Amino acid sequence: MAVELFDLRGAGSGGGNTKAKANAPIVPTRWSRRDRLGRLKCRLFNSFRMNYTVDPGIYALGTPDRGSPVLVTANYKLSFDLLRRELAGFQAWIVVLDTRGINVWCAAGKGTFGSEELIRRIRSTRLPEIVEHRRIILPQLGAPGIQAHIVKEQTGFSVEYGPVYARDLPAYMNNGHRATAEMRKVRFGFRERLELTPMEIVPALKGFAVFLAAAFILLGLQPAGILFHSVLRNGLPVAILGAAALLAGTFLTPLLLPWIPFRSFALKGFLVGAVTTAALVFLIPAPAFQSLYLQAFSLVFFPAASSYLALQFTGSTTFTSISGVRKELKFGLPLYIAAGAIASAFIIFFKLQEWGIVP
Amino acid sequence: MKYMANVVTLELYPDRCTGCGRCLEVCPRAVFAKNSKTVRIVDRDRCMECGACMMNCSFGAIRVNAGVGCAAALINGLIRGGEPQCGCDGSSASKPSCC
Repeated sequence: MAVELFDLRGAGSGGGNTKAKANAPIVPTRWSRRDRLGRLKCRLFNSFRMNYTVDPGIYALGTPDRGSPVLVTANYKLSFDLLRRELAGFQAWIVVLDTRGINVWCAAGKGTFGSEELIRRIRSTRLPEIVEHRRIILPQLGAPGIQAHIVKEQTGFSVEYGPVYARDLPAYMNNGHRATAEMRKVRFGFRERLELTPMEIVPALKGFAVFLAAAFILLGLQPAGILFHSVLRNGLPVAILGAAALLAGTFLTPLLLPWIPFRSFALKGFLVGAVTTAALVFLIPAPAFQSLYLQAFSLVFFPAASSYLALQFTGSTTFTSISGVRKELKFGLPLYIAAGAIASAFIIFFKLQEWGIVP
Repeated sequence: MKYMANVVTLELYPDRCTGCGRCLEVCPRAVFAKNSKTVRIVDRDRCMECGACMMNCSFGAIRVNAGVGCAAALINGLIRGGEPQCGCDGSSASKPSCC
């Protein structure tokens, strides 16, 4: 479903012939309040983001003519919005591919931002009749889905890869369509990582709820039933450790990524989780932690949990390879399963000790 | 930042390379550099196996097992048996956050 898009009041004025021929809606470069609100909602709600689309096709930016540049993007509305905003002051055509509402980079990985769709869209928008030149500008991050030589062969259009980031487009356009080495690199700075952490924390909270329920039942369980003071005494410190492990894996590790030793995300997450857990177990006075079994459980379980959560962040980065993640999982998954089994054994011993069955 | 050492499947065949420089243009990780006439790999460990260079090399001079370096996608694939799949298209609710 496409979102109702633009105020098309400008459509009738000036150079109307080109537009009639091209049949391309004119889009403004300035964002409305609704566009800004849309961007915010994309960052907060998965369900909203997944349906935030524009109709595939061709759009006019300003009053483009037969010589104006053609830029290609995905039909995720935020990608489209960023592009048109950065192109303020330029006359250009925008061709929107049908990527099912997914951004350029991810759609290129899936192949929906791909040669086949590009070729089809060049034909269906009658681009060869709209412009007299035979060049199209694609975002560099669309390249994993595109075979430029096939597109040229099938349509006659030469593919030019623009910069990675839309914000570099004006400089690129004004520099004779040449990108500097810096414009060709993906960045993954502190701010980018910070912006992505909510996407790690929120899904992890679901698992945390299950963990809490299990921990409270298990730790509160006494021969007389589930006792509240027992939940409070043992459960609360364990809940705090769980929350700390969650933050270690989903927040601290992503944020401090370049400064944590090791290249493996699993090891980075383990290290941060181990330091956090050890500090809490030994420094915070909690009567429950006088039990060596509960200490042992904590020191095995929480660093492993933090490691697993940190490994999930590979999906959000711009530098992890599938071969690398495969290697991490090959070593990591058996260790996570082992850690889970050992941790369970310690909890059983802790309960047996608590009930006076073992010394 | 660099990921794991010596795991990447990127291969460059210099005998097929014409030095057109397309790979330098599409690589977002500055893996390649141009040597007078042909291209060489300057830092393999920087490669994230996105496949852009292979896709856009019309001379077949580059090969890489391309894919997305996402643990959730690989685990999804292991559980369901089959190709790695992230939930980015909304078909899976497990972790639709990567894209």
